[in-house]
Amino acid sequence: MKGYPLEVSHLTVAYQKKPVLRSVSFQIPEGKLIGVLGPNGAGKSTLLKAVLGLIPALDGEVRIYDRPYREQRKIIGYVPQRESVDWDFPTNALDVVMMGRYGHLGWFRRPGTKERQIAMECLAKVGMADFAGRQISQLSGGQQQRVFLARALAQNAQLYFMDEPFSGVDATTEKAIINLLHELKEQGKTVLVVHHDLSTVKEYFDHVLLLNGELVAAGPTEETFTPANLHSTYGGRIAMLADFATVPSGTV
Amino acid sequence: MTDFWIILTGTLVAATCGILGCFLVLRKMAMVGDAISHSVLPGIAIAFLISSSRDSMLMLFGAAVLGLITVFLIQLLQNSGLQSDASIGIVFTALFAIGVIIISRNAAHIDLDLDCVLFGEIAYVQWDTWVWNGYDMGPVAVWMLGGTLLIVLAAIGLFYKQFKLCAFDPALAAAVGIPVALFHYMLMGLVSLSTVASFESVGAILVVGMLIIPAATAYLLTDRLSMMIVYSVLIGAISATGGYYAAKWLDASIAGAMVTVAGILFVLAFILSPSHGLVARLGKRRRMNSAAA
Repeated sequence: MKGYPLEVSHLTVAYQKKPVLRSVSFQIPEGKLIGVLGPNGAGKSTLLKAVLGLIPALDGEVRIYDRPYREQRKIIGYVPQRESVDWDFPTNALDVVMMGRYGHLGWFRRPGTKERQIAMECLAKVGMADFAGRQISQLSGGQQQRVFLARALAQNAQLYFMDEPFSGVDATTEKAIINLLHELKEQGKTVLVVHHDLSTVKEYFDHVLLLNGELVAAGPTEETFTPANLHSTYGGRIAMLADFATVPSGTV
Repeated sequence: MTDFWIILTGTLVAATCGILGCFLVLRKMAMVGDAISHSVLPGIAIAFLISSSRDSMLMLFGAAVLGLITVFLIQLLQNSGLQSDASIGIVFTALFAIGVIIISRNAAHIDLDLDCVLFGEIAYVQWDTWVWNGYDMGPVAVWMLGGTLLIVLAAIGLFYKQFKLCAFDPALAAAVGIPVALFHYMLMGLVSLSTVASFESVGAILVVGMLIIPAATAYLLTDRLSMMIVYSVLIGAISATGGYYAAKWLDASIAGAMVTVAGILFVLAFILSPSHGLVARLGKRRRMNSAAA
């Protein structure tokens, strides 16, 4: 495929006239894990949603492999924030994962044996095969997150967007997610992850986007995740910024 | 035959509303169902004025249009920053009030009784029959409700996966290219249709009970959406049948008795449901406590 997996130019988004993102432009290289960082209200989730066409942009352009989003839906996978859905919904884990195939089924085809099989494989990849028939409200937070990841895998995408997959999960799940991210990367896929925990940035991500209403910096983690950039992203709000940025990645 | 037609009418109302009610309950839009059932009144009244007859097709159409306008206005107010419950309250009472004015202004020359609109009169459906080529085809209401049920079944049957994903995770639905707004308005249009088709028999107020109570009861009894829909329809049918005989025994409003039976079934499920019921939950807590002790 030609072009960058994701190219955003002059993207501006506002909620009821209050601007959330101001003229954000960047390109994402292929086959990398990219962390999207920034303080609360910096517009990280908004960026994801605007790129996915879930909220309208006032201005700007989003291109995926050099084509508009609409034409590329089938190569995009999305993991929303876990809190964005009602986990009391009457359905089980396998069924949720099968939802990842709906986009490939077209208007009228129903999910069948093939979709079930794909969904089971994806559940197995996140270590949740034993929970396929479990009602989703009976799963722990980490297990629910892994079900969401399995659903994204079932989308079989080239470019993934994940909205805070690490928030509020147990250590097992965090490890499972990281393994999965590396597996995706080895397959040449590109993953954008909205992330909060600055202490793990150097360990997890090849690239970072620093966001604070506007784009502060974007680039390889080594060059971009610096005390100076963090300071202009977070202001003085985090005292130990310097520590995060200077810890050598090997020791974390 | 009287018993048969009334129970059949009630069951058709229950089935149509029961299916749609599941999606309303899961999307936390029960009050939108309430709003639609009330704000279709001006649509019915205007259709009535235009045709100066109880032409069912025109009333269905007028009400469906008003139903969609209601949903659109609620959305509009919400998007401009008003709380969602306030938006619903404003839109449906205002539209309902307009309907009341239209009906009361023209009460002299239209045969549309406000009591009947509000509470319905299911006992009368058998007198209003459809005569085709000289044959008595049965009550008009049964045909109308039967037709609505078929439309609802066809729409939900064809687009089950879309309706399901839009209810569970609209963000993913939009991301994979499902036109979420289209299915939202389709659901709301179906709710409007069923409300109007039902209102003659159970009235604008009680139809809400048929939309929400069986679905909420079914929600307590199963962990699968498909089963929830089946249970919801069954519970609605039991309510219709049980309600009819209860009303006969009590010599009271039939529609009122039907919704009361639905309410009683809900309370039973709330207390006794094997998974979500009060008794089951208390028992679980007790077992956990004794295990801890």
